[in-house]
Amino acid sequence: MIVKINGKEENIEKGMTLLSLLDFKRVNPNSVVIEHNYEIPEREKWGEILVNDGDNIEIVKFMGGG
Amino acid sequence: MLSESDLSRYERQIMLDGIGIKGQEKLKSSKVLVAGVGGLGSPAAYYLTAAGIGTIGLADFDEVSLSNLNRQILHATNDIGRFKIDSAAEKLSSLNPDVQINKHCIKLTYENIADTVKNYDVIIDAVDNFETRFLINDSCYFLQKPVIEGAVCGFEGLLMTIVPGKTPCYRCLYPDLPKEKSFKGIIGTTAGVIGSLQAFEAVKLLLGIGEPLFGRLLIFDGLNSSFRVIDWSKKRSCPLCGENATIKNPAKY
Repeated sequence: MIVKINGKEENIEKGMTLLSLLDFKRVNPNSVVIEHNYEIPEREKWGEILVNDGDNIEIVKFMGGG
Repeated sequence: MLSESDLSRYERQIMLDGIGIKGQEKLKSSKVLVAGVGGLGSPAAYYLTAAGIGTIGLADFDEVSLSNLNRQILHATNDIGRFKIDSAAEKLSSLNPDVQINKHCIKLTYENIADTVKNYDVIIDAVDNFETRFLINDSCYFLQKPVIEGAVCGFEGLLMTIVPGKTPCYRCLYPDLPKEKSFKGIIGTTAGVIGSLQAFEAVKLLLGIGEPLFGRLLIFDGLNSSFRVIDWSKKRSCPLCGENATIKNPAKY
């Protein structure tokens, strides 16, 4: 299925959660926040929320340097 | 209000639609606090001074060190060991002696933050750690002060303009401190891009022109030469501005 991740369309397997998507993308969950379809889910729910065809996902790094 | 010298100094921006004499007078009567005079604060304060912001506050307690100089462009080699605000104020006053520079040589804390920000119209968040970012953002939320939030890491940067009650807040983006320490590497050009944009956002906000980054997150990727702007909405469960907010006082980490 096709989802949009950080503005780019990508083909991923069905059945992934937000958390397993991060694992698939090799992103450390502690280093990012996620916006899923323009909503910001609680971090604790990332393991339960399924990614669906056509979803829009933004993975934003923690950035705090000045 | 504007002197002959002002008309000449700001000639090229006064001729812009959206600024003009009135806009320049507005900038002259405006007060902006730059929290952190490092990689982001240097270009931000420099452009704000050049643009003729009447009063600029600088808040920093740190001294200039050699490893600052790849990015903190207000400071030079012979400033090593000086307080950053002294070094910065000297350069800024030399660029534009008409700007009032207020020096706040303090570490921003729960105790002093309200007194420090209260007299400013806009706060530029240019500090180098999350603890102080939360402190600034929580306090400005309660004091109803707009914050231009900018941050950098490596070759990437992030920018958003926060107006309490109107836009998502900082905690809608980051609810709490990250669990891991972030990477400290940075090239100066990244900070140059984001710090300059912070100054730009402040000018837009003060003049009420253009489209500031309200509810939008700008992500800069220097290696990819790309800017992405993401719509970012208020988080219903936000601990600061959400429906059942739990934070009633600024963060005390």
